[in-house]
Formats: sequence, structure tokens, C-alpha cells
Amino acid sequence: MAKEYETVIGLEVHVELATKTKIFCGCSTAFGAEPNTQTCPVCTGMPGSLPVLNRQVLEYAISVGLATNCDITRYAKFDRKNYFYPDNPQNYQISQLYLPICKNGGVEIETEAGGVKTVGIHEIHMEEDAGKLIHDEWEDCSLVDYNRSGVPLIEIVSEPDMRSAEEVIAYLEKLRLIIQYLGASDCKLQEGSMRADVNLSVREAGATEFGTRTEMKNLNSFKAISRAIAGETERQIDLIESGEKVVQETRRWDDAKGESYAMRSKEDAQDYRYFPDPDLVPIAVSDEMIAQIKARQPEFRTEKMKRYKEEFGIPDYDIEIITASKHMADIFEAATAICGQPKKVSNWLMVETLRLMKEKEVDVEDLRFSPENLAKLIALTDAKAINSSVAKEVFEVMFEENVDPEKYVEEKGLKTVNDEGALRKTVEEVIAANPQSVEDYHNGKEKAIGFLVGQTMKAMKGKADPALVNRMLKELL
Amino acid sequence: MSITDMTAVQLAEAIRAGRTTAVEATEAVLTRIEAQDKIYNCYVTVDADGALAQAKEAQARIEAGELTGALAGVPVAIKDNMCTEGMLTTCSSKILYNFVPAYTAEAVLNLRKAGAIILGKTNMDEFAMGSTTETSAFGVTRNPWNTDHVPGGSSGGSAAAVAADECFYALGSDTGGSIRQPAAYCGTVGMKPTYGTVSRYGLIAYGSSLDQIGPLTKDVTDCAAVLEAIASHDEKDSTSVAREDTDFTAALIDDVKDMRIGIPNDYFGDGLDGEVKEAVLAAAKALEERGAVVEHFDLSLVEYAIPTYYTIAAAEASSNLERFDGIKYGYRTKDYAGLHNMYKRSRSEGFGEEVKRRIMLGSFVLSSGYYDAYYLKALRVKALIKKAFDEAFARYDVILGPVAPATAPKLGESLADPIKMYLGDIYTIAVNLAGLPGISLPCGTDRNGLPIGLQLIGDCFQEKKLIRTAYTYEKIRGAFPKTAKEVG
Repeated sequence: MAKEYETVIGLEVHVELATKTKIFCGCSTAFGAEPNTQTCPVCTGMPGSLPVLNRQVLEYAISVGLATNCDITRYAKFDRKNYFYPDNPQNYQISQLYLPICKNGGVEIETEAGGVKTVGIHEIHMEEDAGKLIHDEWEDCSLVDYNRSGVPLIEIVSEPDMRSAEEVIAYLEKLRLIIQYLGASDCKLQEGSMRADVNLSVREAGATEFGTRTEMKNLNSFKAISRAIAGETERQIDLIESGEKVVQETRRWDDAKGESYAMRSKEDAQDYRYFPDPDLVPIAVSDEMIAQIKARQPEFRTEKMKRYKEEFGIPDYDIEIITASKHMADIFEAATAICGQPKKVSNWLMVETLRLMKEKEVDVEDLRFSPENLAKLIALTDAKAINSSVAKEVFEVMFEENVDPEKYVEEKGLKTVNDEGALRKTVEEVIAANPQSVEDYHNGKEKAIGFLVGQTMKAMKGKADPALVNRMLKELL
Repeated sequence: MSITDMTAVQLAEAIRAGRTTAVEATEAVLTRIEAQDKIYNCYVTVDADGALAQAKEAQARIEAGELTGALAGVPVAIKDNMCTEGMLTTCSSKILYNFVPAYTAEAVLNLRKAGAIILGKTNMDEFAMGSTTETSAFGVTRNPWNTDHVPGGSSGGSAAAVAADECFYALGSDTGGSIRQPAAYCGTVGMKPTYGTVSRYGLIAYGSSLDQIGPLTKDVTDCAAVLEAIASHDEKDSTSVAREDTDFTAALIDDVKDMRIGIPNDYFGDGLDGEVKEAVLAAAKALEERGAVVEHFDLSLVEYAIPTYYTIAAAEASSNLERFDGIKYGYRTKDYAGLHNMYKRSRSEGFGEEVKRRIMLGSFVLSSGYYDAYYLKALRVKALIKKAFDEAFARYDVILGPVAPATAPKLGESLADPIKMYLGDIYTIAVNLAGLPGISLPCGTDRNGLPIGLQLIGDCFQEKKLIRTAYTYEKIRGAFPKTAKEVG
């Protein structure tokens, strides 16, 4: 009889913090600049340069720790992790080993069975990112870009508490939402501002000892993570079933091929010779600092959902979708604050926004239209300055380019013609051109008026209020 | 008196009074370097053109009344481990033989603001590791008092340049005695300030938690003036301290009445040369006669200072020196196969023996399984040493003792026996471990005519007590003889 196996998973999640400047110098963290233009003696490891901690990094790390129920270390230190690699300009990375800033936390996730379980957080520590190596095949050389060197990271190390890919995704989504709500990072897996390494082992169901684990790297999407977990679980079970041993090693996932390969085993693991960085003074976290950060903590999703229900009275399903992204919730709240019509704002988000996101494959974090413009669009429709189909057309342009709808409608001449005199001429022409429909109408076919309204709207290039057209047609007929 | 005989403060006064100019002084000192430095080898780099250009600019600003400080227009030599924008900075190592920094160290910038003229960069033990300046990749520096002898180290080039009048004052750095010991060997004044007083930004690190920049000068007055100019709170250095009491020249007072001076018995045991002992105790006696209260006491843990220091300094150095890998700047081996081979060969060829010895020692004490037994234990002993000093400073204002067990050894004697060389640091090293200020000043000469150094140690931030005591002693002692001149 085939044995039953259980998968045991722990995660190491790296999150790039959304500070304007790097962790130990004043260089910009902006993405996409020309190579080595956002560098200085500190982040290129020039002789004699010294690191100075960016206080915002500490505050973000503490705020994430508080939001994930961690203990905040009152006397924390930075340590040097020594290893030679060209993307690491000092040949040591400033990180935290002995006294990380946060410890012993956890977040609740919903399980597939509908229950709730806690995934423990072993620790959260602060560290600097490395530069980027670019291998030039043509010139057969390697180049280094230090723009990313010194970009602040936190590493969130979970306990081995997850048992399936679904739990892993639920945990990651939970972390992402908390961090996005805090504004500490945009947490984009594809762009690398959130990176997850999966530590996985399998054991026979009911066993109490853990099996030998491997660490999987290069996971750039939730889908890749799911596939890698399935692949690695299967690989380890196959090894055990065939009487072989799982080797403790780091593996790299190739999502295109759907398989992983070994990068380095524990045997060639380096001795990083960690020791406290003498260039940085220990961090003393005061009660006042924690109190201030606590006071600034934002409203998280659960509280937000409750408030939306009470304050805005929009449907639960809408609340669910809108609060699933801090960015969308921000748009909703800001637009509602301007126009005072939560239901209409919610409708725009739930219908047109979701449709266009799907159609154009836009991530919610990348929504570009401003709440001000959405409020203006709602005001235009309320004032019947444009009709709903024109509004949708304008919204699509807003979605792409965040245009000001007032200006856009003006420039493109999309304003509804509400002047009955101007409309009357077109309505009369439509009646004259469609005698059959007119006759049908007179014969009691109410539906015929719909066709005539459509013809009028078409002739007006959509710039008319259909209700008004309908009334005028009835009068004239 | 020729211009180069003047002290820094005397020269600045003379320039202000119009008796000479910054340009004249710079020309005079450059002529002297030209004539003598073939023999002494104090400098790795002399920037004659740059110095003259700075002198002209400084002179114009002094005449315009824009530059008025105590050091305005005075030429200075900088130890070659402080970054100087556009000027070669080698740490006397082959691995940095071609390194030109893109920025200037904060302490040097402070001097530039005070109107200093940078003459060039002085020779040193490679990466400040050594006590003789013999580990330099650019040749030994010779002691101007006797060229068969070493000038001490690691700031040997700076000390010798001051002694030989090849500059008016110099900056050095002191991790375990690297300012005080060469100052003693060369008959000059040298001070290691309280850790955090002078910014380390731009100082190429050896042992980060111990390194401190300080002055090497012709007398105590210059020492106070230079320290006043270089001390600053620097936000670029996390270990920099915001101090308000940096008006060190205010402590140039000829009076030690009621100053409580402690003499540690542990500093006068076996291994101390008889003539050194005699000269140091005579200095204590002279201060006692001027009203100081002098007592002998037992300072514990002295024998642990050397192993503690070599553990911590080597550990930090092993990490600090990792960045010298041949990738971004400096020496890269010609032949290599692959990345790691390039690292290995560049570093094997680029670093000297003493540096490699300390990198290996440091890597060992930090390695997994040994960290607790060596590095952590050393940190604990360091804390205990600090506590022993705290207890001593509860009773004394100043601790008085020798700088080194003997006067300058002959060239070639020390490197043959590194352990013996390390033991020579016994009186200076604890000061760095405890973060304290210490000053070295000449208090006599031995049978061979070589200078003997007197060391005064103060509690943290008590440089003024050291300056006052040293200034008073200098007045009692009178002018110290100068080295043999015009060697060339």
C-alpha cells in the first residue's frame, strides 16, 4: 500500500522597502535608472566609506513586525555576512543574525477547509540588497550595476507551519496585504520587490520528525510557487520511495521547464563568519518609538471591511474585492470622499475597472487613474453631461492614461446634447427615414421605439441622453 | 631660525603677521623633502604642484581676511590611509598601488577648511598593520634620529616627516598605538583622541572599533590646535560623537596643581628598558614637584590586552579588507582562470605577509565553531579592561607610563619575530580597547641618542586634562633637542 506523505513548508520572504533612499546612504532607490547612476562611495563599497542607518527602514521593519504580532527587539544590531561575490561591493552584506529587529510573530490564514490557522514568524531582519550582475555574452565579460546595491530589504522568516501550496499562497497574500496596507512596499513578485524562497521537506503522515529539507529559489509568481511546491514534493517522495535520500541543498526552479536543479549543497555551504558590524551602533528601540509607530499604523483590512459595511453600505462582495488591495481601497475612499457616492464609485471599480484589468492584463497595483478623475466622471454622468456609454468610453481612456474626463469630454466634443431644439431636428430626420418602425410603433409594437432611440443616438454619435430622446420620440409620434 | 624649524602655530602666526607667506613655507618644506626624503622615505606621494597651488590660494584668502584660523596656510602631511580626492591613496599596499579616491576623508576636509596645505601622503605599515613601517610595499621609512633604526609604526612616515621637518604637522591613525609609538620613537608629540572624536569617514579601516585619527606634531600646543581643527561630529560616521568641549587649545595651561596622576605598577615590570623607566619616572617626579598628586597603583588585566587586541583587530580587519578583491579598483592579477581564482591570486599577490597573517587570524577567530571561544570572549575581556580603567579614573585624572618598552629598534629586527613585535604594543593597546585618549611626548633620550616617549592616558573625553599635563611637562622639560639636520 502506498504511503501517505505530508509536505512541510517554511518560507523566507524578502521584501524591498519603499524608502526613497537606500538603507545606509542617501542614494535614490528608484527603479530603472541608467546603470551605476544611483551610487556613491558607501553603496559601491569604496575604501573608507561608512554606513549610516536610514531611520525609515527601521520604522518600516518595526511596523511590519507589529502588524504580524512580533516581539520588537529593544537592543538590536547589524551583523556582517562575509562572502565574496562581485555584486556585493564590500564582499560582506550588512544583515542581522544575532539580534534581529523582530521575533516570534505570526499571522492567521484561512485554510482550504474554511478554518483558520496561524503561521508562525520566526523573525524579521533588515539587510541590504546586492547589485546586479549583467553577463555580456557578446563581449564575454560581466558587468556590475550597483544601483540596487544598498536598497533596503526585510527578510521575513516563517516557521515550518505550512502544509500545502494553498497555505503558502494564503500566507503570502496575507503578508503582501499587510505590507501594502502599511505602505512599506508594493510587494510585486514579478518585479522582485517581494521574493519568496521555499524551504520544503516531506515526511510520512503522522511522523513527528521533519524530513531533510531543500530550499527553492527563483520563484517569480504565485503560480510558479505552486508549481515548484508540487514539483519538489513529488521529487522528494520519488527519492524516498526509491530508497534514496533527500540531500539538503539549494535548488533553482525553472518555471518554463517545470523542474528544478541543484545550485549548491550543504557540504559546500560557506562559513559566513557573521559578526556585529563595528561601523554601526546598536539600535536601541524605545517605548516612545514603538508607541509612535503603533499610533501611525493604518486601518488594516478586517477593520476596513467592517467600516465599509457600516459607513458606505455597499455589498459584502464589493467590500471583499475592494479591500483586497490597499491601492484599490485608497482609490475607493478618495473618490468617495470627493463625490459622496460610495455605491457609484464601487460600481465603477467592480464592473468597468475589473473588466479592463482582465482584458488588458493590468495588476491592481498598477491602476493609474486618479480618484479625482473618477469622481469627476461620476459628476459628469450625474449632471447628464454625458450618457453612460460615453462615460464608459471616457473611463477606458482614463484607465489607460489617467486623462481628466472634463477636459477630455470637452476636447473631443462628447458632451450630451440636451438642447431639445438641436435634438428635435435629428429626431425628426430619424422618424422620416424609418417609416416602417414608425408604423410598427403606431400598430402597438412598443419595441419599435427602442430601434428609433438607437438610430437617434447613432446619428448623435452617442452624445445624447437616451431618456430624453425616448420622451421626444413619443411626443413627436 | 629657518622656516621649517617653526611649529605649525608659529608658522601660522608668522604668515598672519606678514613675516612669511604660505607659499614661502610650502616651497621651503618641499625643498627639504626634495633634499632628504630619498633617505628617510617619509612620503609615498608628494604633490608639489598641488601644494603650491593650495598655498597661493590660502595666502590670498589670508590676506583678504577670509582665513584666520590657528593653522591657516600651514603645510601638512597625511597618512596614506586617509582618502584624498584625486590623490593616490595606497595604504602602502600593492593592492591599492593605483587607487585614486573620488572623495576626501572628513578629517582632511576639516583641515582644508582650516586652511591647511596638503603636501602629500606619508608611508605607513601596510594597512596600518605593524609597528615599524617596514611592512610598507613602498620601502621602509628611516628614523631621522638614526637611519639604522625604524621610525615606529604604523604612522611611521607621519612621525618621521614631523621629526625631519618635512612637514609642519601630520595626521596619523591609531588602532593599537600607531600614532603614540612612532611619535615616541621619533621624538614628536602624538595623540590618539577618544574614540568617536574625529570622524573615521574616509579613513580606510583596519580595526573599525579601535581606529581613530589624530595629530603628530612638534609640540603640545600644535597638538591641541590640530585636534581642535579635526574633531567634529560627522553624520556620515555612526560612531562619531557630538562633543561640545573641543576647544582643546583652552587647555594649554602651565599648571598641574592637584592633578591626580596614577602610575600603574603593571607598566613598569619585566621587559621595560631601564633607561625608559628612569626617564618616565623622572617626568612623573617633575610633575609631582609642580603640585600634581602622584600615586602608584595596580591596573589589572594588562597581560590580556595584547591577545584581546589581536583577536578583535584581526577579526575586523579580515572583514574590512575583503573589499580589496581586484574587481573595482586596485591590483588585479595578470593570469587567472575564473572569478574565484582571480580573487585568490589578486589578494595573494596584492597583500603583504603581515596583512595576510592578520586576515588569516581574523578569519579563524570568526569562523563557525570558534566565534564564541575567541571573538566573543575577546569582546568580554575588552569590556572588563574598560571597567578596570573606569575604576582607575575614579581615583586619577591621568594615568602616566611609558609608550613602548624600549626606544626604536634597528631596521629588520622586529619582523623576524612578530610575537615580540606584538608584545611591544603592551602599553598602548589597552587605550584603544577602552576607547580612551592618550598622548605621547618626548621625555628624554637613551644611550644611543634615541628619543624616549612619555604616555599620558585620560578617561573618555578628558583630552583637556592630558593636554594640560603634557603642556606643563613640556614647560618643565624645555625645548627637546632636534634631530641631526641637513642629512642630504
